[in-house]
Amino acid sequence: MAEKEKGSLLLKTIRPVGIVGYGAYIPQYRLPAAEIARVWGQSEKAVPIKEKAVPGLDEDTITIGIEAARNALARADIDPELIRAVWTGSESHPYAVKPSSTIIAEAIGTSPHIQAADLEFACKAGTEAMVMAIGLVGSGMGDFALALGVDTAQGKPGDALEYTAAAGGAAFVIGPAEIALVEIISTYSYVTDTPDFWRRAYQRYPEHGQRFTGEPAYFKHMHTAAQTMMDESGTSAQDYTYAVFHQPNSKFPRSAAKKLGFTDEQIKTGLLSPVIGNTYAGASPVGLTAILDEAQPGDRILMVSYGSGAGSDALDLRVTDRIAERRHAAPTTAEYIARRIEIDYATYTRYRGILQTR
Amino acid sequence: MEIPRHWRLQKQRYGLVGEICPHCSAKIFPARDVCPECGGEAKEPFRFSGKGSIYSYTVMNNAPVGFERGLPYTIALVKLDEGPTVTAQLTDLGANKVEIGMPVQMVTRRIKEDGDERGMLIYGYKFRPVMG
Ligand SMILES: [Zn+2]
Repeated sequence: MAEKEKGSLLLKTIRPVGIVGYGAYIPQYRLPAAEIARVWGQSEKAVPIKEKAVPGLDEDTITIGIEAARNALARADIDPELIRAVWTGSESHPYAVKPSSTIIAEAIGTSPHIQAADLEFACKAGTEAMVMAIGLVGSGMGDFALALGVDTAQGKPGDALEYTAAAGGAAFVIGPAEIALVEIISTYSYVTDTPDFWRRAYQRYPEHGQRFTGEPAYFKHMHTAAQTMMDESGTSAQDYTYAVFHQPNSKFPRSAAKKLGFTDEQIKTGLLSPVIGNTYAGASPVGLTAILDEAQPGDRILMVSYGSGAGSDALDLRVTDRIAERRHAAPTTAEYIARRIEIDYATYTRYRGILQTR
Repeated sequence: MEIPRHWRLQKQRYGLVGEICPHCSAKIFPARDVCPECGGEAKEPFRFSGKGSIYSYTVMNNAPVGFERGLPYTIALVKLDEGPTVTAQLTDLGANKVEIGMPVQMVTRRIKEDGDERGMLIYGYKFRPVMG
Protein backbone atom coordinates (compact mmCIF):
# COMPACT_ATOMS: atom_id res chain seq x y z
CA MET A 1 0.00 0.00 0.00
CA ALA A 2 1.45 3.35 -1.06
CA GLU A 3 1.59 6.37 1.22
CA LYS A 4 -1.56 8.44 1.15
CA GLU A 5 -1.48 10.88 -1.78
CA LYS A 6 -2.34 14.43 -0.85
CA GLY A 7 -5.98 15.23 -1.51
CA SER A 8 -7.10 11.64 -2.04
CA LEU A 9 -10.39 10.69 -0.39
CA LEU A 10 -9.18 7.11 0.02
CA LEU A 11 -8.15 5.80 3.43
CA LYS A 12 -4.76 4.12 3.19
CA THR A 13 -2.61 2.71 5.95
CA ILE A 14 1.06 3.50 6.65
CA ARG A 15 1.80 -0.20 7.13
CA PRO A 16 0.38 -2.65 4.53
CA VAL A 17 -2.47 -4.72 6.02
CA GLY A 18 -4.83 -7.46 4.95
CA ILE A 19 -7.34 -10.10 5.99
CA VAL A 20 -5.32 -12.97 7.51
CA GLY A 21 -8.38 -15.07 8.39
CA TYR A 22 -12.08 -14.99 7.58
CA GLY A 23 -15.06 -16.99 8.81
CA ALA A 24 -18.83 -17.08 8.49
CA TYR A 25 -21.74 -18.60 10.35
CA ILE A 26 -25.35 -19.00 9.21
CA PRO A 27 -28.00 -20.69 11.39
CA GLN A 28 -29.58 -23.79 9.85
CA TYR A 29 -33.27 -22.86 9.95
CA ARG A 30 -34.93 -21.40 6.83
CA LEU A 31 -38.27 -19.63 6.62
CA PRO A 32 -39.49 -19.49 2.99
CA ALA A 33 -40.88 -16.11 1.92
CA ALA A 34 -43.86 -17.94 0.40
CA GLU A 35 -44.75 -19.16 3.91
CA ILE A 36 -44.76 -15.58 5.22
CA ALA A 37 -46.92 -14.53 2.25
CA ARG A 38 -49.33 -17.38 3.02
CA VAL A 39 -49.80 -16.26 6.64
CA TRP A 40 -50.46 -12.61 5.74
CA GLY A 41 -52.55 -13.31 2.64
CA GLN A 42 -50.07 -11.71 0.26
CA SER A 43 -48.99 -12.76 -3.21
CA GLU A 44 -46.33 -15.48 -3.22
CA LYS A 45 -45.09 -14.16 -6.56
CA ALA A 46 -44.14 -10.69 -5.27
CA VAL A 47 -41.84 -11.87 -2.44
CA PRO A 48 -38.38 -10.20 -2.30
CA ILE A 49 -36.28 -13.35 -1.69
CA LYS A 50 -36.67 -17.15 -1.68
CA GLU A 51 -36.07 -17.71 2.03
CA LYS A 52 -34.27 -16.36 5.09
CA ALA A 53 -32.02 -17.84 7.78
CA VAL A 54 -33.56 -17.98 11.26
CA PRO A 55 -31.59 -18.52 14.49
CA GLY A 56 -32.40 -21.48 16.75
CA LEU A 57 -33.62 -21.11 20.34
CA ASP A 58 -30.06 -21.13 21.70
CA GLU A 59 -28.56 -18.76 19.11
CA ASP A 60 -28.05 -15.00 19.14
CA THR A 61 -25.57 -12.40 17.88
CA ILE A 62 -22.98 -13.54 20.44
CA THR A 63 -23.13 -17.27 19.59
CA ILE A 64 -23.09 -16.54 15.84
CA GLY A 65 -20.13 -14.21 16.38
CA ILE A 66 -18.24 -16.85 18.37
CA GLU A 67 -18.52 -19.50 15.63
CA ALA A 68 -17.63 -17.03 12.85
CA ALA A 69 -14.64 -15.83 14.91
CA ARG A 70 -13.45 -19.41 15.56
CA ASN A 71 -13.59 -20.05 11.80
CA ALA A 72 -11.64 -16.86 11.11
CA LEU A 73 -9.02 -17.83 13.70
CA ALA A 74 -8.71 -21.34 12.24
CA ARG A 75 -7.94 -19.84 8.82
CA ALA A 76 -5.61 -17.19 10.31
CA ASP A 77 -3.71 -19.93 12.18
CA ILE A 78 -2.56 -17.48 14.89
CA ASP A 79 -2.54 -17.63 18.67
CA PRO A 80 -5.70 -15.77 19.80
CA GLU A 81 -3.58 -14.05 22.47
CA LEU A 82 -1.94 -12.03 19.67
CA ILE A 83 -5.26 -10.26 18.95
CA ARG A 84 -5.28 -6.65 20.21
CA ALA A 85 -8.90 -5.65 19.53
CA VAL A 86 -12.34 -7.28 19.20
CA TRP A 87 -15.03 -5.08 17.64
CA THR A 88 -18.52 -6.40 16.89
CA GLY A 89 -20.92 -4.51 14.66
CA SER A 90 -24.61 -5.40 15.09
CA GLU A 91 -28.04 -3.94 15.70
CA SER A 92 -29.14 -7.01 17.63
CA HIS A 93 -26.71 -7.24 20.54
CA PRO A 94 -28.39 -9.49 23.17
CA TYR A 95 -27.78 -6.95 25.92
CA ALA A 96 -28.76 -3.27 25.75
CA VAL A 97 -25.88 -2.62 28.16
CA LYS A 98 -23.02 -5.17 28.37
CA PRO A 99 -20.75 -5.70 25.38
CA SER A 100 -21.06 -8.72 23.10
CA SER A 101 -17.38 -8.27 22.21
CA THR A 102 -16.03 -9.21 25.65
CA ILE A 103 -18.04 -12.45 25.65
CA ILE A 104 -16.83 -13.32 22.13
CA ALA A 105 -13.24 -12.42 23.11
CA GLU A 106 -13.31 -14.65 26.18
CA ALA A 107 -14.88 -17.55 24.28
CA ILE A 108 -12.19 -17.56 21.58
CA GLY A 109 -9.39 -17.14 24.11
CA THR A 110 -7.93 -13.69 23.53
CA SER A 111 -5.95 -12.19 26.38
CA PRO A 112 -7.70 -9.56 28.56
CA HIS A 113 -5.18 -6.97 27.28
CA ILE A 114 -7.30 -5.82 24.33
CA GLN A 115 -9.59 -3.13 23.01
CA ALA A 116 -13.21 -4.30 22.89
CA ALA A 117 -16.45 -2.54 21.99
CA ASP A 118 -19.72 -3.06 20.18
CA LEU A 119 -20.52 -0.88 17.17
CA GLU A 120 -23.88 0.22 15.88
CA PHE A 121 -24.62 1.68 12.42
CA ALA A 122 -27.56 -0.39 11.12
CA CYS A 123 -26.28 -2.72 8.37
CA LYS A 124 -22.82 -1.15 8.01
CA ALA A 125 -21.63 -1.70 11.59
CA GLY A 126 -19.66 -4.77 10.45
CA THR A 127 -17.64 -3.00 7.76
CA GLU A 128 -17.10 -0.06 10.14
CA ALA A 129 -15.51 -2.59 12.54
CA MET A 130 -13.32 -3.80 9.66
CA VAL A 131 -12.14 -0.26 8.86
CA MET A 132 -11.33 0.35 12.54
CA ALA A 133 -9.35 -2.89 12.67
CA ILE A 134 -7.52 -1.88 9.48
CA GLY A 135 -6.65 1.43 11.13
CA LEU A 136 -5.37 -0.20 14.32
CA VAL A 137 -3.12 -2.66 12.49
CA GLY A 138 -2.19 -0.16 9.76
CA SER A 139 -0.96 2.38 12.31
CA GLY A 140 1.24 -0.23 13.98
CA MET A 141 -0.65 -0.08 17.30
CA GLY A 142 -1.09 -3.84 17.13
CA ASP A 143 -0.47 -6.77 14.80
CA PHE A 144 -3.94 -8.36 14.80
CA ALA A 145 -7.51 -7.17 15.31
CA LEU A 146 -10.80 -9.05 15.02
CA ALA A 147 -13.77 -7.38 13.30
CA LEU A 148 -17.25 -8.91 13.22
CA GLY A 149 -20.53 -8.08 11.47
CA VAL A 150 -23.38 -10.15 12.92
CA ASP A 151 -27.14 -9.83 13.27
CA THR A 152 -30.30 -11.69 14.24
CA ALA A 153 -32.58 -9.12 12.63
CA GLN A 154 -36.26 -8.92 13.58
CA GLY A 155 -39.00 -7.65 11.28
CA LYS A 156 -42.34 -6.64 12.75
CA PRO A 157 -44.91 -9.43 12.05
CA GLY A 158 -46.77 -8.46 8.89
CA ASP A 159 -44.26 -5.76 7.92
CA ALA A 160 -42.50 -5.84 4.54
CA LEU A 161 -39.13 -6.32 6.29
CA GLU A 162 -40.32 -9.56 7.89
CA TYR A 163 -39.63 -11.34 4.59
CA THR A 164 -35.94 -10.52 4.66
CA ALA A 165 -34.79 -9.80 8.27
CA ALA A 166 -32.40 -12.72 8.80
CA ALA A 167 -29.59 -14.06 10.97
CA GLY A 168 -25.92 -14.65 10.19
CA GLY A 169 -22.49 -13.15 10.53
CA ALA A 170 -18.87 -13.01 9.49
CA ALA A 171 -15.57 -12.36 11.24
CA PHE A 172 -12.25 -11.15 9.90
CA VAL A 173 -8.81 -11.25 11.49
CA ILE A 174 -7.01 -8.18 10.19
CA GLY A 175 -3.21 -8.37 10.27
CA PRO A 176 0.04 -7.64 8.43
CA ALA A 177 -0.15 -7.87 4.62
CA GLU A 178 2.89 -10.24 4.49
CA ILE A 179 0.81 -13.10 5.89
CA ALA A 180 -2.61 -12.01 4.57
CA LEU A 181 -4.99 -14.00 2.37
CA VAL A 182 -6.37 -10.72 1.06
CA GLU A 183 -4.54 -7.42 0.71
CA ILE A 184 -6.49 -4.26 1.62
CA ILE A 185 -5.66 -1.69 -1.06
CA SER A 186 -7.75 1.13 0.40
CA THR A 187 -11.11 1.99 1.96
CA TYR A 188 -13.53 4.87 1.47
CA SER A 189 -16.71 5.82 3.35
CA TYR A 190 -19.63 8.14 2.61
CA VAL A 191 -22.21 9.09 5.26
CA THR A 192 -25.13 11.55 5.52
CA ASP A 193 -28.04 12.14 7.91
CA THR A 194 -30.85 10.29 6.11
CA PRO A 195 -34.11 9.21 7.86
CA ASP A 196 -34.78 5.93 6.02
CA PHE A 197 -34.89 3.45 8.91
CA TRP A 198 -34.66 3.67 12.70
CA ARG A 199 -35.55 2.07 15.99
CA ARG A 200 -36.03 4.17 19.12
CA ALA A 201 -34.76 3.01 22.52
CA TYR A 202 -36.91 0.27 24.17
CA GLN A 203 -38.76 -0.42 20.90
CA ARG A 204 -38.70 -4.00 19.72
CA TYR A 205 -39.06 -3.46 15.97
CA PRO A 206 -37.67 -0.82 13.61
CA GLU A 207 -39.64 1.76 11.64
CA HIS A 208 -38.91 2.76 8.07
CA GLY A 209 -39.63 5.99 6.25
CA GLN A 210 -41.18 4.68 3.03
CA ARG A 211 -40.27 7.73 0.96
CA PHE A 212 -36.63 7.52 2.01
CA THR A 213 -35.80 3.87 1.33
CA GLY A 214 -34.41 3.07 -2.09
CA GLU A 215 -33.25 6.00 -4.19
CA PRO A 216 -32.15 8.67 -1.63
CA ALA A 217 -30.88 6.06 0.83
CA TYR A 218 -29.52 2.72 -0.43
CA PHE A 219 -28.82 3.69 -4.04
CA LYS A 220 -27.37 7.14 -3.40
CA HIS A 221 -24.92 5.99 -0.72
CA MET A 222 -23.93 2.72 -2.39
CA HIS A 223 -23.39 4.37 -5.73
CA THR A 224 -21.45 7.33 -4.34
CA ALA A 225 -19.19 5.10 -2.23
CA ALA A 226 -18.47 2.65 -5.07
CA GLN A 227 -18.05 5.30 -7.77
CA THR A 228 -15.82 7.52 -5.61
CA MET A 229 -13.70 4.51 -4.68
CA MET A 230 -13.22 3.65 -8.37
CA ASP A 231 -12.65 7.28 -9.48
CA GLU A 232 -10.05 7.86 -6.78
CA SER A 233 -8.36 4.52 -7.53
CA GLY A 234 -8.40 5.02 -11.29
CA THR A 235 -10.35 1.79 -11.75
CA SER A 236 -13.61 0.78 -13.38
CA ALA A 237 -15.93 -2.20 -12.96
CA GLN A 238 -13.89 -4.31 -15.41
CA ASP A 239 -10.87 -4.20 -13.07
CA TYR A 240 -12.69 -6.32 -10.47
CA THR A 241 -13.22 -10.07 -10.64
CA TYR A 242 -15.91 -9.87 -7.95
CA ALA A 243 -18.10 -7.25 -6.33
CA VAL A 244 -20.25 -7.63 -3.23
CA PHE A 245 -22.84 -5.07 -2.21
CA HIS A 246 -25.18 -4.69 0.75
CA GLN A 247 -28.13 -6.95 0.00
CA PRO A 248 -31.43 -6.07 1.72
CA ASN A 249 -33.26 -8.17 -0.92
CA SER A 250 -32.46 -9.76 -4.31
CA LYS A 251 -33.26 -6.71 -6.43
CA PHE A 252 -31.45 -3.71 -4.89
CA PRO A 253 -27.87 -5.05 -5.20
CA ARG A 254 -28.51 -6.18 -8.79
CA SER A 255 -29.76 -2.70 -9.76
CA ALA A 256 -26.89 -0.96 -7.96
CA ALA A 257 -24.36 -3.28 -9.65
CA LYS A 258 -25.82 -2.71 -13.11
CA LYS A 259 -25.71 1.06 -12.76
CA LEU A 260 -22.06 0.87 -11.68
CA GLY A 261 -21.19 -1.30 -14.70
CA PHE A 262 -20.88 -4.67 -12.95
CA THR A 263 -22.21 -7.84 -14.58
CA ASP A 264 -24.27 -10.60 -12.95
CA GLU A 265 -21.18 -12.81 -13.27
CA GLN A 266 -19.19 -10.44 -11.01
CA ILE A 267 -21.81 -10.23 -8.24
CA LYS A 268 -23.47 -13.67 -8.21
CA THR A 269 -20.98 -15.40 -5.84
CA GLY A 270 -21.40 -12.81 -3.10
CA LEU A 271 -25.14 -12.30 -3.55
CA LEU A 272 -26.62 -14.54 -0.86
CA SER A 273 -29.75 -12.62 0.15
CA PRO A 274 -32.03 -14.71 -2.12
CA VAL A 275 -31.22 -17.84 -0.07
CA ILE A 276 -30.39 -16.51 3.44
CA GLY A 277 -32.10 -13.10 3.57
CA ASN A 278 -30.70 -9.81 4.78
CA THR A 279 -28.27 -10.51 7.61
CA TYR A 280 -27.94 -6.75 8.25
CA ALA A 281 -24.46 -6.05 9.65
CA GLY A 282 -23.50 -9.51 8.37
CA ALA A 283 -24.81 -9.01 4.82
CA SER A 284 -21.90 -7.84 2.65
CA PRO A 285 -19.33 -9.42 5.07
CA VAL A 286 -20.92 -12.89 4.68
CA GLY A 287 -21.09 -12.27 0.91
CA LEU A 288 -17.36 -11.57 0.98
CA THR A 289 -16.66 -14.88 2.75
CA ALA A 290 -18.47 -16.75 -0.05
CA ILE A 291 -16.24 -14.98 -2.59
CA LEU A 292 -13.06 -15.79 -0.63
CA ASP A 293 -14.09 -19.47 -0.59
CA GLU A 294 -13.54 -19.58 -4.37
CA ALA A 295 -11.40 -16.55 -5.37
CA GLN A 296 -7.97 -17.00 -6.99
CA PRO A 297 -4.71 -15.17 -6.23
CA GLY A 298 -4.66 -11.77 -7.94
CA ASP A 299 -8.45 -11.42 -8.06
CA ARG A 300 -9.57 -7.91 -7.16
CA ILE A 301 -12.78 -7.49 -5.11
CA LEU A 302 -14.93 -4.41 -4.51
CA MET A 303 -17.01 -4.60 -1.34
CA VAL A 304 -19.60 -1.93 -0.48
CA SER A 305 -21.84 -2.00 2.59
CA TYR A 306 -24.85 0.15 3.32
CA GLY A 307 -26.26 1.12 6.70
CA SER A 308 -29.45 3.09 7.16
CA GLY A 309 -29.20 6.47 8.78
CA ALA A 310 -27.11 6.44 6.44
CA GLY A 311 -23.76 5.50 4.96
CA SER A 312 -21.64 3.12 2.90
CA ASP A 313 -18.14 1.72 3.37
CA ALA A 314 -16.22 0.66 0.26
CA LEU A 315 -13.24 -1.71 0.49
CA ASP A 316 -10.83 -2.37 -2.38
CA LEU A 317 -9.31 -5.84 -1.93
CA ARG A 318 -6.84 -8.10 -3.74
CA VAL A 319 -6.52 -11.85 -3.09
CA THR A 320 -2.99 -13.13 -2.34
CA ASP A 321 -1.17 -16.42 -2.97
CA ARG A 322 -1.87 -17.61 0.59
CA ILE A 323 -5.62 -18.08 0.04
CA ALA A 324 -5.41 -21.65 -1.29
CA GLU A 325 -3.46 -23.01 1.67
CA ARG A 326 -5.73 -21.49 4.35
CA ARG A 327 -9.29 -21.54 3.02
CA HIS A 328 -9.89 -25.20 3.89
CA ALA A 329 -9.20 -24.72 7.61
CA ALA A 330 -12.89 -23.96 8.32
CA PRO A 331 -16.31 -24.77 6.82
CA THR A 332 -17.20 -22.82 3.67
CA THR A 333 -20.11 -20.42 3.59
CA ALA A 334 -21.80 -22.69 1.01
CA GLU A 335 -21.61 -25.57 3.52
CA TYR A 336 -23.48 -23.48 6.08
CA ILE A 337 -26.10 -22.52 3.49
CA ALA A 338 -26.53 -26.17 2.47
CA ARG A 339 -27.18 -27.16 6.12
CA ARG A 340 -30.86 -26.28 5.75
CA ILE A 341 -33.94 -27.11 7.82
CA GLU A 342 -37.19 -25.57 6.60
CA ILE A 343 -39.56 -24.27 9.29
CA ASP A 344 -43.12 -22.98 9.14
CA TYR A 345 -44.37 -19.65 10.46
CA ALA A 346 -45.61 -21.15 13.72
CA THR A 347 -42.19 -22.58 14.54
CA TYR A 348 -40.65 -19.25 13.52
CA THR A 349 -42.79 -17.38 16.06
CA ARG A 350 -41.61 -19.76 18.76
CA TYR A 351 -37.90 -19.55 17.81
CA ARG A 352 -38.00 -15.76 17.61
CA GLY A 353 -39.86 -15.29 20.89
CA ILE A 354 -42.79 -13.60 19.14
CA LEU A 355 -45.32 -15.80 20.99
CA GLN A 356 -46.48 -14.33 24.29
CA THR A 357 -46.51 -17.12 26.87
CA ARG A 358 -47.08 -14.98 29.96
CA MET B 1 -28.23 -14.44 42.38
CA GLU B 2 -25.73 -16.80 40.82
CA ILE B 3 -23.52 -14.19 39.18
CA PRO B 4 -20.21 -14.96 40.99
CA ARG B 5 -20.46 -18.68 40.23
CA HIS B 6 -21.15 -18.06 36.53
CA TRP B 7 -18.20 -15.72 36.32
CA ARG B 8 -15.74 -18.26 37.75
CA LEU B 9 -16.93 -20.96 35.36
CA GLN B 10 -16.92 -18.80 32.22
CA LYS B 11 -13.62 -19.83 30.61
CA GLN B 12 -14.39 -23.50 31.17
CA ARG B 13 -17.94 -23.11 29.84
CA TYR B 14 -17.37 -20.85 26.85
CA GLY B 15 -14.36 -22.56 25.36
CA LEU B 16 -14.03 -26.02 26.94
CA VAL B 17 -10.89 -25.02 28.82
CA GLY B 18 -9.58 -27.59 31.32
CA GLU B 19 -6.09 -28.55 32.40
CA ILE B 20 -3.16 -30.68 31.29
CA CYS B 21 -1.08 -32.63 33.78
CA PRO B 22 2.63 -31.65 33.65
CA HIS B 23 3.60 -35.09 35.02
CA CYS B 24 1.69 -37.58 32.87
CA SER B 25 0.15 -35.33 30.13
CA ALA B 26 -3.42 -36.37 31.02
CA LYS B 27 -6.01 -33.86 29.82
CA ILE B 28 -8.40 -32.88 32.61
CA PHE B 29 -11.97 -31.58 32.38
CA PRO B 30 -13.42 -29.89 34.29
CA ALA B 31 -10.40 -28.22 35.88
CA ARG B 32 -9.70 -29.59 39.37
CA ASP B 33 -5.99 -28.75 39.84
CA VAL B 34 -5.17 -32.37 40.73
CA CYS B 35 -4.56 -35.03 38.08
CA PRO B 36 -7.10 -37.90 38.34
CA GLU B 37 -4.58 -40.24 36.63
CA CYS B 38 -1.41 -39.73 38.69
CA GLY B 39 -2.54 -37.58 41.63
CA GLY B 40 0.03 -34.86 40.82
CA GLU B 41 -0.66 -31.15 40.86
CA ALA B 42 -2.06 -29.98 37.47
CA LYS B 43 -2.81 -26.30 36.99
CA GLU B 44 -1.71 -25.69 33.37
CA PRO B 45 -4.78 -24.57 31.32
CA PHE B 46 -5.62 -26.67 28.26
CA ARG B 47 -8.10 -25.77 25.51
CA PHE B 48 -9.85 -28.91 24.23
CA SER B 49 -10.36 -29.33 20.46
CA GLY B 50 -14.11 -29.69 20.98
CA LYS B 51 -14.20 -32.94 19.01
CA GLY B 52 -15.69 -36.06 20.52
CA SER B 53 -18.33 -38.75 20.21
CA ILE B 54 -21.59 -39.70 21.93
CA TYR B 55 -21.04 -42.14 24.82
CA SER B 56 -24.69 -42.16 25.93
CA TYR B 57 -27.71 -39.86 25.79
CA THR B 58 -31.22 -39.21 27.03
CA VAL B 59 -34.10 -37.03 25.85
CA MET B 60 -35.36 -34.53 28.41
CA ASN B 61 -39.09 -33.85 28.41
CA ASN B 62 -39.05 -32.04 31.74
CA ALA B 63 -36.44 -29.44 32.53
CA PRO B 64 -34.94 -27.74 35.55
CA VAL B 65 -35.83 -24.06 36.11
CA GLY B 66 -34.36 -21.85 33.38
CA PHE B 67 -34.11 -24.63 30.75
CA GLU B 68 -37.83 -24.95 29.87
CA ARG B 69 -37.64 -22.83 26.73
CA GLY B 70 -35.65 -25.44 24.76
CA LEU B 71 -37.79 -28.51 25.62
CA PRO B 72 -37.63 -31.21 24.52
CA TYR B 73 -33.83 -31.48 24.31
CA THR B 74 -31.17 -34.19 24.36
CA ILE B 75 -28.49 -34.47 27.02
CA ALA B 76 -25.45 -36.57 26.19
CA LEU B 77 -22.30 -37.89 27.77
CA VAL B 78 -19.67 -36.89 25.22
CA LYS B 79 -16.30 -38.65 25.17
CA LEU B 80 -13.82 -35.98 24.11
CA ASP B 81 -11.05 -37.02 21.70
CA GLU B 82 -8.49 -36.02 24.36
CA GLY B 83 -9.94 -38.45 26.93
CA PRO B 84 -12.34 -36.89 29.46
CA THR B 85 -16.13 -37.30 29.29
CA VAL B 86 -18.45 -34.30 29.68
CA THR B 87 -22.21 -33.95 30.09
CA ALA B 88 -23.77 -31.46 27.69
CA GLN B 89 -26.87 -30.63 25.66
CA LEU B 90 -26.93 -31.56 21.98
CA THR B 91 -28.10 -28.91 19.53
CA ASP B 92 -28.80 -28.42 15.79
CA LEU B 93 -29.82 -32.08 15.56
CA GLY B 94 -32.30 -31.50 12.74
CA ALA B 95 -33.10 -34.81 11.09
CA ASN B 96 -30.03 -36.49 12.59
CA LYS B 97 -30.88 -39.52 14.71
CA VAL B 98 -28.68 -39.53 17.81
CA GLU B 99 -26.60 -42.70 18.05
CA ILE B 100 -23.93 -44.03 20.39
CA GLY B 101 -20.54 -43.28 18.81
CA MET B 102 -21.85 -40.42 16.65
CA PRO B 103 -19.09 -37.84 16.10
CA VAL B 104 -19.92 -34.42 17.52
CA GLN B 105 -18.22 -31.04 17.84
CA MET B 106 -18.44 -28.34 20.49
CA VAL B 107 -20.28 -25.09 19.86
CA THR B 108 -20.91 -22.22 22.27
CA ARG B 109 -24.60 -21.46 22.68
CA ARG B 110 -27.08 -19.85 25.02
CA ILE B 111 -27.60 -22.30 27.88
CA LYS B 112 -30.27 -20.45 29.87
CA GLU B 113 -31.48 -17.14 31.18
CA ASP B 114 -30.74 -16.46 34.83
CA GLY B 115 -34.18 -15.47 36.09
CA ASP B 116 -36.62 -13.48 33.92
CA GLU B 117 -35.99 -11.18 30.93
CA ARG B 118 -33.99 -8.86 33.18
CA GLY B 119 -31.48 -11.53 34.20
CA MET B 120 -28.10 -12.53 32.87
CA LEU B 121 -27.74 -14.69 29.78
CA ILE B 122 -25.68 -17.81 30.42
CA TYR B 123 -23.54 -19.09 27.52
CA GLY B 124 -21.71 -22.38 27.39
CA TYR B 125 -20.72 -25.46 25.44
CA LYS B 126 -23.14 -27.73 23.65
CA PHE B 127 -22.37 -30.35 20.98
CA ARG B 128 -23.77 -30.78 17.49
CA PRO B 129 -23.30 -33.39 14.75
CA VAL B 130 -20.00 -32.80 12.90
CA MET B 131 -20.65 -30.70 9.78
CA GLY B 132 -20.06 -31.93 6.27
ZN1 LIG C 1 -1.00 -36.79 35.82
